[in-house]
Amino acid sequence: MTADLTAAPVPGPTLKSFPKPSELPVPPGAEGWEDLYPYFLSFRNLSGAEDEKFWFCDSQHWPTVFKPFETIGGEFAVKCLGQYNTRHLLIPPANGIEFKIHLGYLYMSPVPVPEAEVAARVPEFERRAGHYFQNWDSMLDGWHTKVRATIAEMETLSFEALPDAVPFDDIVGGVAKDGSEKLMESYDRLIQLCYQNWQYHFEFLNLGYLAYLDFFGFCKQLFPGIPDQSIAKMVQGVDMELFRPDDELKKLALLAVEKGLQAAFADTDDVQGTLDRIAALDGGAEWLAAWTEAQDPWFNFTVGNGFYGHDKYWIEHLEIPLGYVKDYIRRVDEGHQILRPVEELVAERDRVVSEYRDLVPAELVADFDAKVGLAATAYPYVENHNFYIEHWTMGVFWRKVRQLGRVFADAGFWADQSDLLYLTRGEVRDAIFDLVTGWAVGAEPTGPHYWPKEIERRRGIIDALSSQRPQPALNTPPAEITEPFTMMLYGITTEQVQQWLGDDDTAESGTITGMAASPGVAEGLARVVTHADQLGEVQEGEILVATITAPSWGPIFGKIKATVTDIGGMMSHAAIVCREYALPAVTGTGNGSTTIRTGQRIRVDGNTGRVELLED
Amino acid sequence: MTTTPDAYVQFFDGGLEPQHELLGGKCASLVTMTAAGMPVPPGFAVTTLAYDRFVDAAGIATEIAHKLAALSPDDISAVDSVSASIRDAICSRPVPPEVNSQVVEAYERLQSRFDSEVPVAVRSSATAEDLPGASFAGQQDTYLWLSGIDTVLAHIRACWASLYTSRAILYRLKNDIPDEGLSMAVAVQKMVNSAVSGVAMTMNPTNGDRSKVTIDSSYGVGEMVVSGQVTPDNIVVDKVVLSLVSQTVGDKHAELVPDFALGRLVERDVDDERRGRLSLSPEQVTAVATLAKAAEKHYGCPQDVEWALDRDLPEGSNLLLLQARPETVHSAPAAPAATPATPAAAAATAAPAFSLSGLTSRLTGQSGQSAH
Repeated sequence: MTADLTAAPVPGPTLKSFPKPSELPVPPGAEGWEDLYPYFLSFRNLSGAEDEKFWFCDSQHWPTVFKPFETIGGEFAVKCLGQYNTRHLLIPPANGIEFKIHLGYLYMSPVPVPEAEVAARVPEFERRAGHYFQNWDSMLDGWHTKVRATIAEMETLSFEALPDAVPFDDIVGGVAKDGSEKLMESYDRLIQLCYQNWQYHFEFLNLGYLAYLDFFGFCKQLFPGIPDQSIAKMVQGVDMELFRPDDELKKLALLAVEKGLQAAFADTDDVQGTLDRIAALDGGAEWLAAWTEAQDPWFNFTVGNGFYGHDKYWIEHLEIPLGYVKDYIRRVDEGHQILRPVEELVAERDRVVSEYRDLVPAELVADFDAKVGLAATAYPYVENHNFYIEHWTMGVFWRKVRQLGRVFADAGFWADQSDLLYLTRGEVRDAIFDLVTGWAVGAEPTGPHYWPKEIERRRGIIDALSSQRPQPALNTPPAEITEPFTMMLYGITTEQVQQWLGDDDTAESGTITGMAASPGVAEGLARVVTHADQLGEVQEGEILVATITAPSWGPIFGKIKATVTDIGGMMSHAAIVCREYALPAVTGTGNGSTTIRTGQRIRVDGNTGRVELLED
Repeated sequence: MTTTPDAYVQFFDGGLEPQHELLGGKCASLVTMTAAGMPVPPGFAVTTLAYDRFVDAAGIATEIAHKLAALSPDDISAVDSVSASIRDAICSRPVPPEVNSQVVEAYERLQSRFDSEVPVAVRSSATAEDLPGASFAGQQDTYLWLSGIDTVLAHIRACWASLYTSRAILYRLKNDIPDEGLSMAVAVQKMVNSAVSGVAMTMNPTNGDRSKVTIDSSYGVGEMVVSGQVTPDNIVVDKVVLSLVSQTVGDKHAELVPDFALGRLVERDVDDERRGRLSLSPEQVTAVATLAKAAEKHYGCPQDVEWALDRDLPEGSNLLLLQARPETVHSAPAAPAATPATPAAAAATAAPAFSLSGLTSRLTGQSGQSAH
């Protein structure tokens, strides 16, 4: 706190601002929330700058409040994003993105490169980015090997209770260690492997965005006002790994219909019963073999986004994919075409590319070809990596974390395996030492006497923080947002910020606006979904209205008529999938899911980004 | 000059090749459009052979040539007087019966397609108009909402006579366009009963961007849009994916609509509700853009099309193409205005398929030349 508040710079009279972090009220019961997170994550305003800088909330990736352990995803992801801009590629105008947690939510502030240093970075940037772009396929092959090796090693880690006595073999072998070091090493290794794949995550991601951004800028100059959708269509992959899990379910559904196994799917919530009924039918064995085959790796797929310890993964909740298969079977039996029209999508993409190409002035055609080629090569990574890191790596990671949590629960540290999430990852390390010390000396560890009460206290704080939505941004925005990654990755544009600041004006006349993310117009009844568990409520022909959607919601998109989301841009999951399924989508509305009610009749215009509420 | 039985008239949908010499620019365009499956209102051309036969039979060719030979473009009153006497001759001398009977029969055949007699438009279709680079639009006449064969015949003559308005005479004098071989075809076409109409250009005229279709649209008959008497809605659509790029609701304070009791078009005010919204639905915008795009594809160069939604036709098949012509004003410059400044350095790099210079300059906010 400064002593003289009047000395703080006062924004100009017409400049609207978001609140300062220090102005936001702490919800009752959340007092002391800062101490739940590592010290460096909360605003300390040590230099006074945090109350001046513009921060925006990344509710796209972290829509709900972090439990202490869960900050690992935010820390690793945003740190590793930054390292590639700042230290690997030397992106001329952009360093990384600074990040803090405030009242449980993640806020970000892009770090520009000082104007005077930009030019000096250009030659190194071109050398480094150029190397990747010119060796894209072989380096990406290497990436797959590295990432899979990390996951394979992570799978080998296990967390189990220590035995009553060191095995006799260890005595004979002179091992002279009690096995507790294994528990500690495995924990450290788990964190390191998670970190490793987050470093790999960004090896190609920033470049994928750059190639896209380059083509995007080129198109916008050539064809002022060209819809973002058109540019996305030209570079978007069609046969994508991110769609593979959903495609596997469709294949399983078609196989079930072909073998006449429909009757076995009456109650898919009973997974074992369903699989037993299938096994008893002719052709059932073949289907079960295909079912097992599909799981590795494609069921390492979450209904969440990979950043939360409570995210459910198909492979551990087989009732989820089995339920989707059941739904696909029904649709096949009703005569629907469930496979994505891949050939038509490719033909449409080729048409769009060639029609724009025909309009390019002759002297720029070679540039157009080079840029669209590069973007089409590099861009699919932006979508596909998601399966390997957020889904597969994090699926294994969270499974191992739960396993460790169970060891503690069994030792009386806390009641439930998930209670570990209320510790920071540093505290978990301490708790392991507490656990093995008690075990080694034959006395009681301290944890069982300390953590249950502390966890309940922390749970109360997290619940209190969760009662309050984040601010979209903090402090005074710059007059214009120019930093390319902020715009590209987060859809934080000057217009978006203005809309947040003037959101009262947009509420008039029953219209909500957002990004025109997938073309077409549809009218129908809304189904508001704020959590993956509500997906079962979605009825055929409804319009999905969600805070945000996840790749594993794929099966829902075959049922609905259109999508409206609160969060996300042109390249958000909802936008990509809706273009795939030829459904209209309006994304990034900010308040769609809180303004629209389930059952309300709405009209979604994916060409203009407008959603009309047709009844009160 | 051969005279085949139907040489004085030709139906747009008659399946014959459009000969510019015979039909003039406008009618040739209508025949081509019809043949290409683009919906123009049904009708027929009174060919240049009909005009030539008339002039020949009336014996006025030498008289006209004589009168024009002595004219100076500076002597406006002499031009006016010569214009008046030539037009009077064209409107009063008898039309040869073989020409007259063919026009009458064609008119009856056209009307036989409808339950009751529909009004027609009569438009001049000069052989010299609308050449790329020398826009001659507006030099001849258009007569709308005509009913009855006698009225139609009189206006065909009026179109012929419009070749010799003072303005047309002066234009030819000043541009050294010879009068020898000058002729005129005339279009007789079912009058479009426009609920909404306008023009569509297959580019963005504000910056020469060819990836857009720009639509001006207003209520009623399109003449008010063309002549600038109303501020139309302005809608810009992406040409490739047909999605909306921008829209501006125009004032559209008035519309021309037919008053059948008076037998003519009347101007009336447009109410606030209709003024305050776009005159086209999103589906209609897409249809108009698709039509303009088809015209451009057909002709292979940017087009300027006039279109209308016909009140008498069912929704979905009521969009009519009234006219398409090469866009001559904005497409004339050699390079589009939207040419980017950056990629000049691209050719200099060793790797043929890849250059970072454009990307770098975009990131640093500098042009290609000054990136280093």
